[in-house]
Amino acid sequence: MLDRSPRFDQLPAMPGIGYKPQHFADIMEDARPVTWLEIHAENYMGDGGRPLAQLRALSERFPISVHGVGLSIGGAGALDTEHLARLKHLCGWLQPASFSEHLAWSTHGAEFLNDLLPLPYTDATLARVAAHIDQVQDTLGRKMLLENPSSYLAFAESTWEETEFLAELTRRTGCGLLLDINNVFISATNLGTSPQAYIDAYPLDAVGEIHLGGHDEDEDSEGRPLLIDSHGREIADPVWALLDYTLARCGAKPVLVEWDTDVPDWPVLAAEACRAATALDRIAAAQ
Amino acid sequence: MTDQTEFRAALLDARQPVPDGLLDGHGGGAGKRFSVYRNNVAVSLTEALQTGFPVLRKLLGLGNFDQLAGLYLRAHPPASPLMMHYGAQMPAFLEGFAPLQHIGYLPDIARLELAIRASYHAADADPMDAAKLAAIPAETLSTARLQFAPALKLVRSPWPLFDIWRFNSEAGAPKPQAVPQPVLITRPEFDPIPAPLTLAEAECLAALLEGVRLDHALAAATGPLDLTDLLSRLVRGQAITDIQT
Repeated sequence: MLDRSPRFDQLPAMPGIGYKPQHFADIMEDARPVTWLEIHAENYMGDGGRPLAQLRALSERFPISVHGVGLSIGGAGALDTEHLARLKHLCGWLQPASFSEHLAWSTHGAEFLNDLLPLPYTDATLARVAAHIDQVQDTLGRKMLLENPSSYLAFAESTWEETEFLAELTRRTGCGLLLDINNVFISATNLGTSPQAYIDAYPLDAVGEIHLGGHDEDEDSEGRPLLIDSHGREIADPVWALLDYTLARCGAKPVLVEWDTDVPDWPVLAAEACRAATALDRIAAAQ
Repeated sequence: MTDQTEFRAALLDARQPVPDGLLDGHGGGAGKRFSVYRNNVAVSLTEALQTGFPVLRKLLGLGNFDQLAGLYLRAHPPASPLMMHYGAQMPAFLEGFAPLQHIGYLPDIARLELAIRASYHAADADPMDAAKLAAIPAETLSTARLQFAPALKLVRSPWPLFDIWRFNSEAGAPKPQAVPQPVLITRPEFDPIPAPLTLAEAECLAALLEGVRLDHALAAATGPLDLTDLLSRLVRGQAITDIQT
């Protein structure tokens, strides 16, 4: 397929949703209040069939955000150039409004571990991740957004705060950021820090997209709360409050609702998107 | 210093100690918190196998399948971020798995489920016009070679593979008959459709897929078969893309 010029060259500062194939008919009939969609890149790297046909149809109507979950940008080894070539092919024919990936690693040698694994925030990690982001942006010929992780533990060897680490990456590479507010709340709860202080220290000018999602509640061996990033339920109230806190500081942004396991029927997702729309309307009214 | 090799080793083997240098953020070591990652990896890979092998799961029972998945995912972690391909070594893994060797058809069921998945994701292709095929004179047709859609898959088996698959995926399907039953998979639009073949039909189709002339493919079959019927099933399945006469 030939590359085409982009139909939508940016995500609107409105609610979007993580696309699931079971919602195709609902979305084509009436997606309101959802105005854009996000896909996981790796699910659209087959050769053909229904996934690509649906994506082609959706991309005619909606701005699409391509969200990679398998590039292992924080991996100790070199980036998988075959996988990078697949991303280039997908972004080439689809011309998405945005491309994003994670501050994490998921590949070790030839193995893909199918999880977003944590990184120590050191000068060595910074140099490696910056080099990988440069390689991605050079290969794709576009700016990427990098997402903050949800943390269950910390590294003794870390010498950077996560917010400073992300800010330095934007300075070195010119990349933008995907601010996952659920991840901020999870990490702050798990590590005993303040989520508002994280937002205050975060480089909000670089934010191109915001993520929201549900989490599960567990506890660690000391009986302290341990939140798990499950994307399997409604967004928690303190996460909605943290969205308001963030939007008041950075203004309206594209806000995505993620729901990846135990996926509900469309009206449940649309209701979550309505809540995001209300938060965005409040900011617009206040400014 | 916690390197990724050490982290990975502890991730897939709960007997390995949690790597040093991991903290809980409250002044202690990470301890049980490391299990979140162990759990995420094992659960996500098990779920991928559950989705990819629904009939195998039904045949083994949910608990047994999850145990098998736990062994498989440690022996064969994904080799690529394309989870749509995960599980490719399952047939060979089952063949070498002593506790299940008394159920001889399990590897072929795994092959069939992999083939259905491969058909689903295969490249789109324009089928040949049925009228064009019908217009070819018999003597020309007999020396022709066919080209097939990538979504066409053939799973050869000495077991009643189609019946076993259908009995475990459709409510009210008849009990399997004790006859060899290779499976043809076509994808007329987006949904792969498995259908039974005779041994002779599978032998002939295997030869056609290798690019052999129709008359030679017919001769490759060790038993009688109705070629017109086989070809019309392939046409209905939009599986023939071109013919070279």
